[in-house]
Amino acid sequence: MNDVPMQALTERKLKIVGTRPLRPDGVDKVTGRAKFGADIHLPNMLIGKVLRSPHAHARIRSIDTSKARALHGVKAVITAADFTDLPSEFIPAGEMMVNYRDMTRNILAREKALYEGHAVAAVAATTEAIAAQALKLIEVDYEVLPHVMDVAQAMEPDAPLLHENMYTIGVEPTPAKPSNIAKRVEFSLGDIAAGFAQADVIVEREFTTKPVHQGYIEPHACLASVSEDGQAELWCTTQGQFVVRSFCAKLLGMELSKLRVTASEIGGGFGGKTVVYLEPLALALSRQACQPVKMVMSRTEVFQASGPTSGAKVWVKIGATRAGRITAADALLKYQAGAFQGSPVQPGCMCAFAPYDLDNVRVIGYDVVVNRPKVAAYRAPGAPISEFAVESVIDELAQRLKLDPIELRLKNAAKEGTRAAYGPKFGPIGLVQTLEAARAHAHYRAPLKANQGRGVASGFWFNIGGETCATLNLGEDGTVTLVAGTPDIGGSRASLAMMAAEELGIPLENVRPVIGDTGTLGYTFLTGGSRVTFSSGMAVVEAARSVVRQLRERAAKIWEIPLESVIWEDGCARALTGEGGKPKELPLAEIAKSAGKTGGPIVGNAAISAQGAGPSLATHLVDVEVDRETGKITILRYTAIQDAGRAVHPSYVEGQMQGGAVQGIGWALNEEYIYDQNGRLENPGFLDYRIPVCSDVPMIDTVIVEAPNPRHPYGVRGVGETPIVPPMAAIANAVEHAIGIRFTELPMSPPRVLKAIDDKQAVQA
Amino acid sequence: MVLSGTLKELAGGAAQIEIEAGNVRQLLRALGERYPALAPHLDDGYAIAIDGQIFQDAWFAPIGPDSEVHLVPAIRGG
Repeated sequence: MNDVPMQALTERKLKIVGTRPLRPDGVDKVTGRAKFGADIHLPNMLIGKVLRSPHAHARIRSIDTSKARALHGVKAVITAADFTDLPSEFIPAGEMMVNYRDMTRNILAREKALYEGHAVAAVAATTEAIAAQALKLIEVDYEVLPHVMDVAQAMEPDAPLLHENMYTIGVEPTPAKPSNIAKRVEFSLGDIAAGFAQADVIVEREFTTKPVHQGYIEPHACLASVSEDGQAELWCTTQGQFVVRSFCAKLLGMELSKLRVTASEIGGGFGGKTVVYLEPLALALSRQACQPVKMVMSRTEVFQASGPTSGAKVWVKIGATRAGRITAADALLKYQAGAFQGSPVQPGCMCAFAPYDLDNVRVIGYDVVVNRPKVAAYRAPGAPISEFAVESVIDELAQRLKLDPIELRLKNAAKEGTRAAYGPKFGPIGLVQTLEAARAHAHYRAPLKANQGRGVASGFWFNIGGETCATLNLGEDGTVTLVAGTPDIGGSRASLAMMAAEELGIPLENVRPVIGDTGTLGYTFLTGGSRVTFSSGMAVVEAARSVVRQLRERAAKIWEIPLESVIWEDGCARALTGEGGKPKELPLAEIAKSAGKTGGPIVGNAAISAQGAGPSLATHLVDVEVDRETGKITILRYTAIQDAGRAVHPSYVEGQMQGGAVQGIGWALNEEYIYDQNGRLENPGFLDYRIPVCSDVPMIDTVIVEAPNPRHPYGVRGVGETPIVPPMAAIANAVEHAIGIRFTELPMSPPRVLKAIDDKQAVQA
Repeated sequence: MVLSGTLKELAGGAAQIEIEAGNVRQLLRALGERYPALAPHLDDGYAIAIDGQIFQDAWFAPIGPDSEVHLVPAIRGG
């Protein structure tokens, strides 16, 4: 437990933190040595495959697996009947609470299939071909039901009902009839009606966003091995091996200590690998077959049955005085949750107006189930959707007020002491610095040509801490093995090793960072919420300071002087006063060499609940050009400016900013699921579901602002999620300035843009 | 302590209340006793902001005698 601030960074000159060393996993990645989820093999391994529902909504009358079981080479077949039906119990997962009752129904459909691709049964066989053949022999008797895909339609009283026992939470009194509305939430501050009464200008708009997939290149994959005595090992691509262990142990009725989970290298997650899909199935199949079982999703399965984030309808109304002071802000958010409750509408509500200092604000949100895959966390879950709408209205407000859009934001920017709409006052935050940096940037003054426009948008995300362990093992040669429990998605091995080396005063090359499995460390929450450099960084610093203390103790014993007389500087123990006035010195390697004789191995451990994560805010600038003949939008120039608190490894911070911006560009311009009238996905692949590639975007310019987080020993704020928040609004604002058309529906794909241009021309004609 | 939105409704409309508590656990217990409708929501779904600083899963975080405390939904992230 660590509920008090750790020792803040002094003014000492940093030697490693803030530099840009090569990444420790770089060689393995570029030579193909890095082992991802599908790269793990075991002798006698079976291949597992999943039978999925072809229907968007259907009651399962019966499943007959007898013919599949009889097929030569088939070693195990499972359905929902092989898992205990768990009661409703909420536990923390990636973006929100997850309900075990829903989870056990999502991994294998029970009473009903709730979306196309919903897993219905799984087999394990000696070859992939036999497994595929076995799937065809499973007979499922479906009663096809009406389905609903759109959030507004799902909220209608006569909409097809996904869950007969769903009564809206957050409404008093509780409704007498079930509906698809799982939850209503509300956040408010001040007097909204009085605020609008003070406004000289009011802008009100409704926006639509589509569900978008996290788009990780590596599909879900795992290998499970359960032995005859119930001991189990699981290797998988995940953002949190400890969370996978918890989920799987619960779903399979196993003791935690009997399941050891190892996280492979991960080819992207972005929140989508904070939940389980294949893992419990592989364990159940392996338990039945007593052989290892490997499962890998196809790209089609990834699209049909994992992720995405919500599609939504968002209504926003903002009023301001002629001088540009916002007097009131109101929003209504309706988010798709997919087949089970739990959309990110709550953080969407909390983030919607968070960049602004408002006296009168209200945000209402609805969590709505539809016949699509259950949503999973995606980078700043919920925030990009609501902030797209708000930042678009802010831009329109600036136009109406004839104010520079950065000036309007500066007049209303949240700063230290501002009370957020969701209650508390902010500590030190860096929005104003990002806005001022944007205004001062050469990009903001660069000339534009015809059909080109420039857009600005800001963004907010909270960031989190949480349970975290780390260990530093000092080797007898003076090198250090750093063990962290948070899978490295964005370069955290480098940043953690840098903080350890900085604390110990040794070269970075002498610290080898590894990601531990669930048997090597205490419980560590997953990599998510932009928490790793913050939380694991705090744990590593604490562990390193423990090592330093032990090193000082050993030196004091060797010199036979009090501990207080020994300081640690530049990787050496130094006595404050040496014999004859000459300082004594013992380098770390010397102390490590004799550790066996001075008290045994030197190990630093930390087990903390990291508190004090500081929010990160950003401002993005983008220039676009619209081709009036084709409707294609080209990103000409992009600058992302963000508060990182302190950038431990600036290249990785910039990489996060660039990656978030590019994902946001895809969300803004192209990405959407296309379903047919039967609720079947027509574009389950990267050929038709178009994410940006390098040739689609310019080099994303970055500016790191540093407003240190006082709760972290190096001032760190999480940076991974905020960069996906501003792009959609920044691009929509740029398009409006280019061609005078405000897009309120994403994506701004060529057919949609072309239609809007044609419609405008028709009206003008 | 300040309640707003959904929580305010669950607490029967109380927006600002005074509760004697030295730490987060004591505060949650006292809040659940005073407003039983809130109790089921307090275990895991909420974090506590003490003088602007959000504490999540931190039962023993101290609360000062004049601290301003907000109950806010727990944040996870992707």
